[in-house]
Amino acid sequence: MKKYTYSEKKDTRSGFGAGLLEVGRKNDKVVALCADLIGSLKMDAFIKEFPERFFQIGIAEANMMGIAAGLTIGGKIPYTGTFANFSTGRVYDQIRQSIAYSDKNVKICASHAGLTLGEDGATHQILEDIGMMKMLPGMVVINPCDYNQTKAATIAIAEHHGPVYLRFGRPSVPVFTDPDQKFEIGKVWMVNEGSDVSIFATGHLVWKAIEAGERLAELGIHAEIINIHTIKPLDEEAVLKSVSKTGCVVTAEEHSRYGGLGDSIAQLLTRKNPVPQEFVAVNDSFGESGTPDQLMKKYGLDTEDIINAVNRVIKRK
Amino acid sequence: MHSYQEKIMTPDIDKLKKIASQVRRDILRMVHACQSGHPGGSLGCTDYLVALYFHTLKHTTHFEMDGQGEDLFFLSNGHISPVWYSVLARSGYFDVAELATFRKINTRLQGHPTTHEKLPGVRVASGSLGQGMSVAIGAAIAKKLNNDNRIVFSLHGDGELQEGQTWEAAMYASHNKIDNLISTIDVNGQQIDGPTETILSLGNLRAKWESFGWEVLEMSGNDMADVVRVLDLAISKTFKGKPIMILMQTMMGNGVDFMMHTHKWHGSAPNDEQLALALGQLEETLGDY
Repeated sequence: MKKYTYSEKKDTRSGFGAGLLEVGRKNDKVVALCADLIGSLKMDAFIKEFPERFFQIGIAEANMMGIAAGLTIGGKIPYTGTFANFSTGRVYDQIRQSIAYSDKNVKICASHAGLTLGEDGATHQILEDIGMMKMLPGMVVINPCDYNQTKAATIAIAEHHGPVYLRFGRPSVPVFTDPDQKFEIGKVWMVNEGSDVSIFATGHLVWKAIEAGERLAELGIHAEIINIHTIKPLDEEAVLKSVSKTGCVVTAEEHSRYGGLGDSIAQLLTRKNPVPQEFVAVNDSFGESGTPDQLMKKYGLDTEDIINAVNRVIKRK
Repeated sequence: MHSYQEKIMTPDIDKLKKIASQVRRDILRMVHACQSGHPGGSLGCTDYLVALYFHTLKHTTHFEMDGQGEDLFFLSNGHISPVWYSVLARSGYFDVAELATFRKINTRLQGHPTTHEKLPGVRVASGSLGQGMSVAIGAAIAKKLNNDNRIVFSLHGDGELQEGQTWEAAMYASHNKIDNLISTIDVNGQQIDGPTETILSLGNLRAKWESFGWEVLEMSGNDMADVVRVLDLAISKTFKGKPIMILMQTMMGNGVDFMMHTHKWHGSAPNDEQLALALGQLEETLGDY
């Protein structure tokens, strides 16, 4: 098992904030919008440097999505910022009609996704957003795993013409990816090569997959761990190549088991190479208040849950 | 920064009326041919759209999405697509023969307008109501960022005001002094299920929009001379710190006697006999497609 270490923990939303500032400096077409959550989205640095390119919309997310669509007419590249729940479910039809169907170059940047938003509880803990967004034709769906990857993704999406959903989170998590990485939309990152099982993980679950891989290695199980930061378009070639080697799959995500990464992988494998698959995901449930660690444990998204899923799936081979 | 007024040509009201007559024929024939669509609101808004495209807008028919240096128009109440398609074709965005494909398989003239089929003149999809004002505001902001002193126009239904997003947009536009925006509401008092006053009353629209911080004008939307006058007046009020709202009184079904004074023709097509009767009331001025 390849060794991964980290010297600090940071929130992925701060990676977004840093990336937004950098892409703002590189590309003067980039503008930013926020619906009364500047601090939460870490947009302060961009606003300070580019006040004329920032638009405070107020608590009106539907209007924000429409204004973002309009800003593209005139060549701007708008980045919208609010919580994942208000970035998707609340404004699904605005995104669908004014952005996705209209092929508008809007970057929907969504913080506080999933259970790890924590104490605010289920009203704010969206677990369905990946599903909603990936069903929209033409929408790119990205869920990076740490600060550095989120920053790199935030910069990279400006170069892609078309709507993008960029999902990140609130808690501080290990920073373990390369700070100078080149983020390639739609290409997996091979975290660890192995032969016994493929673990496809996204977002906060990537670090937990690494922890699981280390413990599995001690038991003599060699897990191939692949970070799927881009859920759509899915890197089908990389997934199939791994599965042809390992013959079984565990998917891991901070999302409902319906509509997420696991679904995408299962659909691909059903068509191309059916093998046993286990899902580490929330089991058709809303979340609740609690600390992020408590919630990840209670809802079955912890390191231990990945290990158990691997043991189950290997037996099914 | 604004040198609009002197560029406005002396309007030829009779010529505009003749175009409107042809557009009304187009609407009826399009809707009849596919036996679906929304003739009522289309007929009511014909004079406005003809005046806008043949008199008011500074635009080129060499369509580019960004429309830099041009006035832009957004149709928020997308179900009145027949009138918009006819006006776009008659003003040169595409061949009028294409109007015959309206709502038919493989057409660029979808039931509700879309950019998806690359129809020149359309910059955003509309149909699901209440979204167009936000998009128009975004385009107006982009113009300001680009130092482009052209104007953004938008059209909305009155029933559409029941969608809450409109009021989010209304607040935003005045708070942020989006003064290169001229929105118009088609006040015909009708929606699918009946009169707006019985479905969900809109109250005093002038007072509402004024209290939201907009400059409010009123227009008699089926009087071509008044439409031209009020559009010119609206332009003279741009770049003065306020977004502009035109409350346009129209008659749904205007131009066809049996389609007026009812919401029945909001979303239903005439049969052969009704079409003949309606076309008999509208002069063919530019040649049917």
